[in-house]
Amino acid sequence: MEGTLNVIGYGLATLGPGIGLGLLIAKAIESMARQPEAAGMVRTTMFIGVAVVEALALLAFVLAFAL
Amino acid sequence: MINVLAAAEWGGEFEGVLDPINALFDFPAIIPLELFGVDLGINRTILIAWLVTAAAAALFIVGLRSPQVVPGKLQSFLEMIVDFIRGIALEIIGPKGTRFVPLLTTFFVGIFVLNVAKITPFLMLPPTSRMAWPAFLALISWLVFVGVGIKEQGFGAYFGGIMFPPGVPKALYVILTPIELLSNLILRPFTLAVRLFANMVAGHILVVITLSAIHVFLPSVPVGWMVGGFALLAAPVVFGFELFIIGLQAYIFTMLTAVYISSSMEAHH
Repeated sequence: MEGTLNVIGYGLATLGPGIGLGLLIAKAIESMARQPEAAGMVRTTMFIGVAVVEALALLAFVLAFAL
Repeated sequence: MINVLAAAEWGGEFEGVLDPINALFDFPAIIPLELFGVDLGINRTILIAWLVTAAAAALFIVGLRSPQVVPGKLQSFLEMIVDFIRGIALEIIGPKGTRFVPLLTTFFVGIFVLNVAKITPFLMLPPTSRMAWPAFLALISWLVFVGVGIKEQGFGAYFGGIMFPPGVPKALYVILTPIELLSNLILRPFTLAVRLFANMVAGHILVVITLSAIHVFLPSVPVGWMVGGFALLAAPVVFGFELFIIGLQAYIFTMLTAVYISSSMEAHH
């Protein structure tokens, strides 16, 4: 059995963004349910936040191959 | 996983049988071409990219060449796309956003068709999974939002706004200025490119694994066919998921470009 520690490292690195995405999207859904008329704005802002959080996981994904 | 598949196909002795993962993305040039030491060989990726962009361009030219007041099916479909992007631009950038609708529509449609080659039968390879495509698209986006910032605010005000955001204690600028410079000018285009690239690479590997699992395991008699059958049932789900990712990535790239343009149009508060 051979492999590389990078894969385990990538797995660990997804934890942070995973928690972050969960919190972020849960809050977005919550606020959309409270104020459906603001749903469009909340969705846009949520996607921007998701993009920022997701960048961390993507960096890990690339570095897992690159290093 | 690839190794497991190779082991099942070739019966255990698989060391060196299968190429590394690069073989999924790197194709030999069909027409070798080299100019000034730069490899410009025409390979499968380039052919796919030409094909899908030509198809999208043809669709738009045919559909919108002579627009009618009462649109036909194709025209109203294309107008729906443009209207969707226009909505994003107006919502994020504001009234000035109409200027950027052509750029953003090009980004959205271009990235969508380049990505959709991933699940198109007989193509099955997204050109955006080679770093050159996302990198170049992100470079265009970078040039536009930096250019807009310099044009709207002036060179000094734009870079001053990035480096010294107001309302911060003076001592913090020691830390804040490098971080802001890095995040605005380097990390923004980098994450734009890497997000698209990594999603396409991961999606392509997922599709390859699903399809090759069907191919390898379904004919194997004692127990292997169960794995193959599962992969066969999972394949439509995988394709649907990939279609969702394709649309989402095109949307995110377009929207983030709009966000960056909007942030360089108005000074930091």
